[in-house]
Amino acid sequence: MNEVLAKTANVDMNVSDEEAIRIEKMNKWYGSFHVLRDIDLTVNRGERIVIAGPSGSGKSTLIRCINALEEHQKGRIEVDGTVLSSDVKNIDKIRSEVGMVFQHFNLFPHLTILENCTLAPIWVRKTPKKEAEETAMHFLEKVKIPDQALKYPGQLSGGQQQRVAIARSLCMRPRIMLFDEPTSALDPEMIKEVLDTMVELAEEGMTMLCVTHEMGFARQVANRVIFMDEGQIVEQNEPEEFFNNPQNPRTQLFLSQILGH
Amino acid sequence: MSDTHAQSVAFVRETQIPPSDPPSSQTGAVKWMHENLFSSWFYGLLTLLSLYVIYVVLAGFLPWLFNGVWQASSIRECREVLDGATGGCFAVLTERWNQLLFGIAYPQDSYWRPLLAFVLLFIAAAPVLFAMLPRQMLLFTAIYPFLAFWLIWGGTILWPLLALAGFIVGYVVFGRLVKQSFAYGFFGAIVAAMITWWIGGFIVPAIAPEQTLLSAVPSRDMGGFMLNMILGTVCVSLSLPIGIVLALGRQSSMPIIKWICVVYIEFIRGVPLITLLFVASVVLAYFFPPGSNLDLVLRVIIMITMFSSAYIAEVIRGGLAALPRGQYEAADSLGLDYPQAMRLIVLPQALKISIPGIVNVAVGLFKDTTLVSVISMFDLVGAIRGPILAATEWNGVYWELWLFAALLFFIVCYGISQYSQWLERQLATDHR
Ligand SMILES: Nc1ncnc2c1ncn2[C@@H]1O[C@H](COP(=O)(O)OP(=O)(O)OP(=O)(O)O)[C@@H](O)[C@H]1O
Ligand SMILES: [Mg+2]
Repeated sequence: MNEVLAKTANVDMNVSDEEAIRIEKMNKWYGSFHVLRDIDLTVNRGERIVIAGPSGSGKSTLIRCINALEEHQKGRIEVDGTVLSSDVKNIDKIRSEVGMVFQHFNLFPHLTILENCTLAPIWVRKTPKKEAEETAMHFLEKVKIPDQALKYPGQLSGGQQQRVAIARSLCMRPRIMLFDEPTSALDPEMIKEVLDTMVELAEEGMTMLCVTHEMGFARQVANRVIFMDEGQIVEQNEPEEFFNNPQNPRTQLFLSQILGH
Repeated sequence: MSDTHAQSVAFVRETQIPPSDPPSSQTGAVKWMHENLFSSWFYGLLTLLSLYVIYVVLAGFLPWLFNGVWQASSIRECREVLDGATGGCFAVLTERWNQLLFGIAYPQDSYWRPLLAFVLLFIAAAPVLFAMLPRQMLLFTAIYPFLAFWLIWGGTILWPLLALAGFIVGYVVFGRLVKQSFAYGFFGAIVAAMITWWIGGFIVPAIAPEQTLLSAVPSRDMGGFMLNMILGTVCVSLSLPIGIVLALGRQSSMPIIKWICVVYIEFIRGVPLITLLFVASVVLAYFFPPGSNLDLVLRVIIMITMFSSAYIAEVIRGGLAALPRGQYEAADSLGLDYPQAMRLIVLPQALKISIPGIVNVAVGLFKDTTLVSVISMFDLVGAIRGPILAATEWNGVYWELWLFAALLFFIVCYGISQYSQWLERQLATDHR
C-alpha cells in the first residue's frame, strides 16, 4: 500500500494547471435518445482520470465525443485549445493530438505490426519512413514486443495486440490518451501486461482518460475517478475518497456490486 | 506407474526396432483404389459406370480429334480426305486463322501491330498484378494504353500523345492543388485535362501529317478475338476504378452523391446488357452534337463499362460492409483524412474480400463481349457466325469452330481465375 501511495504522490507532481480538455454543458442525442446530459468536465495536463459506471451509462460515448468519433449536439468541447466544431481541419488536428485505444484493439489486419505503427506518422505527420520506423521500434520496445514487429496482428495474442494498439497511438506522440475499456476483451492473465503498460505511461505524465472497471488500476493511477449514470456525471472524487467514502447512493450501489464479489 | 514398479523394471531397450513395412493391402495403389473407388459395392458400381461413360465420350472424341483434317480449302475437300471416317475438319481453323483472330477487315500487313500490343499487355499488366515487381515498371503501364491504341488503330501518334498530355497536365494540377484539399485537386485536375484536350483538338488536325508511320485502321475493321480482347481489357480496367468510386459514393454521407450512385447502380443493374448495346449502336449517336461521329467501338466500351462498373460497385459494397466499424474508427482516431483512410485502410481490405466477386464480374464481362456480334460487329463469335459459316466452303463446320471459340475464352477465363486464387493466398494475413 505504501508503495502505491508513494507512486501516486510521485505521479501527482506531473499535474499542471494548464487545461488539456474542457467540456462545458455538452449534450448528445442518438435520435431522440438523450445519451449525455449537461456534461461538465475539465482535465488538466498530466491528469489521469478513470471513468466508471454501469453499462449503457454513456462512458464510451463521452470519450468518443472528445476526438469527434461521435458528434455532440449541444455544448462546447475544447481540446488542447482547439474548439471541436464540424470543421474537418479542426477535427483532424485534434485527432492527431489525441490517441485512442479501443476495447477490440482495431489493429489493421492487412498491415504488419510495424506498418500499423508507422502508417499514421508517415501519412498524417509526413515523417520520413526511416524515422517513423525508428520511433515505432522505440515504442514497441516500450510495450515489450519489439520482436513481433514484422508479424501480422492475427498472429499475436490479445494482450500483445492491445499493447501494439497502445504503441500505435503513442507513435503519433499524442498529448492526451483515451482508453475505452482496454482490458475488458482480454483473458485475465493478459490484463496485467496491458495495465502495466498503462501504469508506466501514467508515470511519465501522460494525460489519460480511461474507461475501465479495473478498480485496482484506478486506485493506483488515477487522480480522479468519475462515476457516470444515465448520461450524467453523478460523482467525482480522488480515488481514496471515491472508494472509501462514496457520497451518492447510486455510486454506493455500483461500488458494492463491482467490489462485492 | 508407481515408483516401486518403475524401479522393478530393469530392462531398457537401447536400440530402436527398425520400422517394418505395412501390409501391402494398406499401401500404394491397392489401398488408394480400395479407399477411393471401391469402398462399398455401391461405390464400386458407380466407379464402373463412370469409367464406361468416360470411355464412350473419349471413344467418340479422340478419333475425331486425332483423325482431323488440317489442310483443305473447303468442307467438301475435308469429306473427301476423310472418306467416311470420323474426323474433324480443322482446316477451317488454319484457313480462316487470321479472320478468327483479327476479323475480316483488319489489313493483313499490319497483323504484327495488335500482336505486339498483346505481348506488351503482359509487361504492362505485370507490375499491377504482381506487387513484388519493381514499382518503376508502372511507368510503362501508364504509357501502355496510349501506345496500344496507337499500335492497333494506327494513324498519327499525335492523338494518343494529346490524350496522354491531358492526363499529365491533370496529374500536375492535382499535385499542386491537393495540398489545399482533395476536392480542389480532383476537380482542378479534371478541368485542366479537359482544357488541354479541347485546345489540342484544334491543334492536332492542323499539324497532323498526311502520311503516318502506321496506317490508320478504322474501328469498323476491328474484329475477331482481338476485338474481344480489346473490349475485355479496356472495360475491366475502366470498370474497376469506376466501380470503386460508385461503391464509395453509395456509402457517402452526402445525400446528393449517395442518391446519384444508388439511382445509377439500380438502373444499370435493372437493364439487360444487350439493350445497352443496341442503345450504343443506334441511339447514342443522337445524344451527341450532330457531326461528332463517336466511334462505335468507343460507344460499346462506354456501355459495357457502365454495365460492369455497376456490378463491381455492388460487389465492393459487400466488401465494405464486411469491414468492422472499428477499422474506420481506428483510421479516424489516428487523424487519417477520408482519402487516406479509404486508400490505406478500407479499400485494401474491402477489395481483398471482394476478389472472388470482382473476378466473377470480370470473367462474365469478358464473355459478354461476344454480345457485340448481335449489333453486327465481327468479334470472334460474329466472325464465325457471319463471314465464316455463311461462306459456302465452310457452311456446316460447327463443332470445330465453336469448340475453338470456347477454348480461347476458356484459356483466358481460367487464367484469370487461377491468378485470383493465387492473389487471395498471397494476401492472406489473418493466420487464424
Ligand atoms: N450508435 C448508437 N445509436 C443509438 N444508440 C446508441 C449508439 N451507441 C450507443 N447507444 C446507446 O447509448 C447509450 C450509451 O452507450 P455507451 O456505449 O456510451 O455506454 P457505455 O457506458 O460505454 O456502456 P458499456 O459499459 O456497456 O460499454 C446506451 O444506452 C446505448 O444503447
Ligand atoms: Mg462502452
